[in-house]
Amino acid sequence: MTISKGMQWSRAELASVLILAAVILIVLPLALDIFRLNLVGKYLTYAFVAVGLVLCWGYGGILSLGQGVFFGLGGYCIAMFLKLEASDPESTKIQSTPGIPDFMDWNQLTELPAFWVPFKSFTWALIAMLLVPGVLAAIVGFAMFKRRVGGVYFAIITQAIAAILTILIIGQQGYTGGVNGITDLRTLHGWDIRTDSAKYILYYVNAALLIGAVIGVRYILKSKLGKLLIALRDKEERVRFSGYDVASFKVFMFVLAALLSAIGGAMFTLQVGFMSPSFVGIVPSIEMVIFTAVGGRMSLVGAVYGSLLVNWAKTFFSESFPELWLLFMGGLFIAVVMYFPNGLAGIVDQFMKKRAAARAAAPTPPLVTEPVAPAVGALSPADATASPAPQPLADQQVRA
Amino acid sequence: MIGEIQRFTRAKGKSLAVGALALLAAAQALASNPPTSQVNTTGLRVTDTEVYVGQLHSATGTMAISETGSIQAEQLAIEQINASGGVLGRQIKIIQEDGASDWPTFAEKAKKLLVNDRVAAVFGCWTSASRKAVLPIFEKENGLLYYPTFYEGLEQSKNVIYTGQEATQQIIAGLDWIAKEKGAKTFYLVGSDYIWPRTSNKIARKHIENVLKGTVVGEEYYPLGHTQFGSLINKIKLKKPDVIYSIVVGGSNVAWWKQLKAAGITADKQTILTISVTEDEVLGIGGENVEGFYSAMKYFQSLDNENNKKFVAAFKAKYGPNAVIGDVTQAAYLGPWLWKAAVEKAGSFDVDKVVAASPGIELTTAPEGYVKIHPNHHLWSKTRIGVWQRNGQAKVIFESDLIEPDPFPKGYQ
Repeated sequence: MTISKGMQWSRAELASVLILAAVILIVLPLALDIFRLNLVGKYLTYAFVAVGLVLCWGYGGILSLGQGVFFGLGGYCIAMFLKLEASDPESTKIQSTPGIPDFMDWNQLTELPAFWVPFKSFTWALIAMLLVPGVLAAIVGFAMFKRRVGGVYFAIITQAIAAILTILIIGQQGYTGGVNGITDLRTLHGWDIRTDSAKYILYYVNAALLIGAVIGVRYILKSKLGKLLIALRDKEERVRFSGYDVASFKVFMFVLAALLSAIGGAMFTLQVGFMSPSFVGIVPSIEMVIFTAVGGRMSLVGAVYGSLLVNWAKTFFSESFPELWLLFMGGLFIAVVMYFPNGLAGIVDQFMKKRAAARAAAPTPPLVTEPVAPAVGALSPADATASPAPQPLADQQVRA
Repeated sequence: MIGEIQRFTRAKGKSLAVGALALLAAAQALASNPPTSQVNTTGLRVTDTEVYVGQLHSATGTMAISETGSIQAEQLAIEQINASGGVLGRQIKIIQEDGASDWPTFAEKAKKLLVNDRVAAVFGCWTSASRKAVLPIFEKENGLLYYPTFYEGLEQSKNVIYTGQEATQQIIAGLDWIAKEKGAKTFYLVGSDYIWPRTSNKIARKHIENVLKGTVVGEEYYPLGHTQFGSLINKIKLKKPDVIYSIVVGGSNVAWWKQLKAAGITADKQTILTISVTEDEVLGIGGENVEGFYSAMKYFQSLDNENNKKFVAAFKAKYGPNAVIGDVTQAAYLGPWLWKAAVEKAGSFDVDKVVAASPGIELTTAPEGYVKIHPNHHLWSKTRIGVWQRNGQAKVIFESDLIEPDPFPKGYQ
């Protein structure tokens, strides 16, 4: 199979992305009132993280349990800008030091800390939103992958980073807002982000970015680079002996996943109107891995549906059964792990395979038949929804 | 795609007699009910016979232990109000939501209650963080929140009625008492590391240094959930303060008080005044570990007055003889009653009218005695000093005058 052919999109792939776009851009906005749509918008910000995890966990075999760090950093960068805009001297005149964010005043700070000052500029906030998580991911990635730390050890270290950052944010409450987070965000350049019209606009911006991210990542996966990533996951040593710089490729993937998370975090802050350390820690980071697992960690669109489904279930169960809902959520996860180890995408995949098999068994096959996934071989990322079954998790963790 | 199932908490275990009485009262009230179009001009969820309110606390997660008392007290109050004929002749229905000890969830659920359910009022929140998360939503959607916890002050919102004490009410009366009674001159301030203890200690320090002319010999903070107080206790032993002023919060309390006792710091040798220990905390700490130490609160379960005796009896009848009632639980109980009084004074459920009618509302039936809503939306209330007993109850040994709430105290910032 030539590269050029591999880069073409199969009909099924195209259809899956188009259906996703239709669901997010047309069906949901028509079917839901603005309150529910805003909730869906919030769920979709987690989908950025899930898409990043498909790339680095599903395809790259790097399980990160600290994606909340990057989600949080992206969100905090935007929140800092919005907070400064909301803290003009006029609306904070009741404070001992007007013009600084309220939580700084409570913590006896009398001037804006130096690292907050550049966040008066929206341009800087946007740059920092990508730069800070990106650089952190690059540092962590280089430190780990150059030393060939991988698998379960890497997962533990990412978790430690999530714990460290949470403690840092909570401990330095004068600078960060502490456990309360950065709250009461109102306007973006004078544009009130709390109105219904703003919610619609932000929803569409978020949805468009997400679909762009799905397409972009799929493009990468279908390129030569993508094939290399899969080869890396399956036989890292062989790729290394072929002369590739394995660590750099891994760092690239990890940074890319971090950037996607950061965009999700930024959109979260804009749509929800605050940021707090409860998105940075270990629990949300693991939850995001669960979204990916439920959707199917080999499927980009699956990850988006996974984020939607799990979060919708969370909202639904907690509204219906305020005292029991956690048990239902636990049940849902156990069911998925027991019966659908490849997530939602796995179910679709099985269905498609059965249909393909039925078609092949028919006495007069159609003139044009697409190759069935197994024939393409383990190296092909050609069809995300009909890809070879991923290796069991244990396999990946033993490697390294 | 997203279904809407709401769970209405219904009054449980109501006796037949009370039920019949309620029915009678409701029937009587129905005859003279003002029409819905008149009492509800802003599209709230009010019918000719019912009015919906929201309840937003953590039923799950780490805060559930603390917030359960508030959930129970609010439901008890609403049940009693319904039994006595409801509000403007309408029975109160509760839509309960779980904030799950998670601040973003609080924000999500607050929005649901206000935008989707159009509730007339919400009784909820406990931690400052959860209140801060929902505050912009209440202000934007013009909702009405009754917040029960004693807290750090520095806040005043049109859309919130604060039924607990703000920091100065709780702190200044307590410090004055201990300075006068014990002749205390040196203080060691200890707290969990977040906004409430830090702000409270800021006020305490100003009062100690400027008014009491004493000295603060140490001020230390530990993260929430911290359990190793050994080095702190050594420092305290070295400095020998007249008073340890403690604002250690939540689960850390258990380790803190047990380690104090283990280190030989007992009430006969050391005076400790705390503003973060109520009957609820003592249940976890154990009465023997806090015996003889002082708490400054506006309410103790052991308060000796008729209102409180009735309240404690009703609470125990509903939730079991071993239930304890802390300061916040009582403050939560006030919420529905204050709302009822304001609604009836306004003759309307509309939030703007209820808010306008609120200042000056008095409650002579409060378990804590008498409260009155100040124009700044906090309550005039008394502060009491309780000394802890082995059985987990406090003996009230001092009661202040009615204290004016002052969420932005001059000279303390």
